[in-house]
Amino acid sequence: MIETKGLRKSFRSRQGRETKTVDAVRGVDLVVEPGEIFGFLGPNGAGKTTTLRMLATLIAPDGGEATVAGADLRKDPAEVRRRIGYVAQGGSTWDEVTAREELVLHARMYGIGKAEAHARAARALAAFQLTEYADRKCKTYSGGQRRRVDIALGIIHEPKIVFLDEPTTGLDPQSRAHMWDEIRRLRAEGMTVFITTHYLDEADALCDRISIMDHGRIVAEGTPAELKREISGDVVTVGLSRAATPTAAQLLDTQPYVAKLETLDEGGLRLFVDEGATAIPQILRTLDGSSIDLTSIELHRPSLDDVFLTKTGRSLRES
Amino acid sequence: MKLARDTWLIFQRQTLLLLRNPVWIFVGVFQPVMYLLLFAPLLKPALAPMGATSDAEVYRVFVPGLLVLIAIFGGLFQGFGLIAELRAGVIERSRVTPVSRLALLLGRSMRDVVSLLVQAVIITVLALPFGLRVHVADLLLAYLLLALIALMTSAVSYGVALLVKSEDALAPLMNTVAQPVLLLSGILLPLAFAPAWLRRVADWNPFSWAVDGTRALFAGDVGNDAVWQGLLITVMLAALAVVWAARAFARSVR
Repeated sequence: MIETKGLRKSFRSRQGRETKTVDAVRGVDLVVEPGEIFGFLGPNGAGKTTTLRMLATLIAPDGGEATVAGADLRKDPAEVRRRIGYVAQGGSTWDEVTAREELVLHARMYGIGKAEAHARAARALAAFQLTEYADRKCKTYSGGQRRRVDIALGIIHEPKIVFLDEPTTGLDPQSRAHMWDEIRRLRAEGMTVFITTHYLDEADALCDRISIMDHGRIVAEGTPAELKREISGDVVTVGLSRAATPTAAQLLDTQPYVAKLETLDEGGLRLFVDEGATAIPQILRTLDGSSIDLTSIELHRPSLDDVFLTKTGRSLRES
Repeated sequence: MKLARDTWLIFQRQTLLLLRNPVWIFVGVFQPVMYLLLFAPLLKPALAPMGATSDAEVYRVFVPGLLVLIAIFGGLFQGFGLIAELRAGVIERSRVTPVSRLALLLGRSMRDVVSLLVQAVIITVLALPFGLRVHVADLLLAYLLLALIALMTSAVSYGVALLVKSEDALAPLMNTVAQPVLLLSGILLPLAFAPAWLRRVADWNPFSWAVDGTRALFAGDVGNDAVWQGLLITVMLAALAVVWAARAFARSVR
């Protein structure tokens, strides 16, 4: 559904008299299969939105090539536009207009006739449970309702693929769960969904496959399960004071059962071990032997955050 | 035809937005009416040396100038609405659809032209009791000239709005442009009063030509050179402004 090779984009930003070039996206290769929910996971500023905006024809790439829904992004952006839907991060509706009016206009901007546009608007309103508010002005909607209108707008022309830029940012937990259901429903209807997110749980729960992006590059790619499996064994987080952390790190790094060790910025260690149950007593014994006090010890299965940590050397939560 | 259809779609939406905000309609009519009622009477003694002694003659000089003034200012400040739209994300949403980029501009500018013409008709009608008389054919040609001015200034305003993307930058910019344009066009007082050097500077102001053309039409002097010169200059500038602004719509980011 999407295939890109070496997609690049840099921006010139001016600070006072100096012009700086920022490489927002530095060579992205990715393949998105039809009918999947594909997630772009990464911290703010990683280049997710820039990549998405390139794929949605809103900004021209500086280099590389891409095929989106069967059309060549650089040679035929007009055809790409016809085949895709795009929902921006910050909303997309006029305050003084109703959801129904928005949907009809948006459908008509895709060249759909008047009667058909009205029929589609009515169907979309029903599907997104908006019929009740359909003829009220958008400014009266809640955040979740407005977001649903945005997504209904993005798919009113029944695109093959829809891009959702951080679809749940700023929503309360209930609206967020609701939004996940809507996105899964789109997949069930045969649509390919491409989302960006900086929420780990969202990528984990919602996406069939994810790419982890950092500093304009893709650092890992696969299903959430595959990515987590790359990190064999368990993760043990040891809570330590900042002062004790370096000594403890030195001690534990040489232990045979520790596969990998990361120091946490706020103090403490994260250890990747083969088997948590047997490693914990040994960790305790080692630290106790050198009279190092630990504040907590925790065992968990590897999360996507651990994947991010091993690939980039820092935690997604911190960045 | 796709362009006409798309332009019509955008025009409809923009008109709807205007009608849902009746404050603007009120402001748009109130201000020029104030000029008409409170400023024009001051002009009578001022215009006397030029031979305009009756109310009818005063209004024949002042009303065309006032109409050009509204066309210029009304157009130049349309960019503010566009910045609000940029912020709401509706421009981005339009730009991912295959809708014509030229239509995104023309639909908006057409709305501005139509609302200007409504204002112009109201002012013309209100000036009738004061003795203003003008031939319908001349008046229609004058309205065409006004429409072209509004098209040009609103397109410029939209283009600049897409470039600067902030009200804080747009307001002083438009004011800086509008003020000399206003003073050098003989809108409020004809430049016949002006010293020679000022008139020579004003020759470089396209709106000065447009004002002369409109005044000639209101005076029933359709054969006056000022008419075709004003029309030609305005048509060319409007075309340039539209092409430039439509390109801004095609490449604007966010």
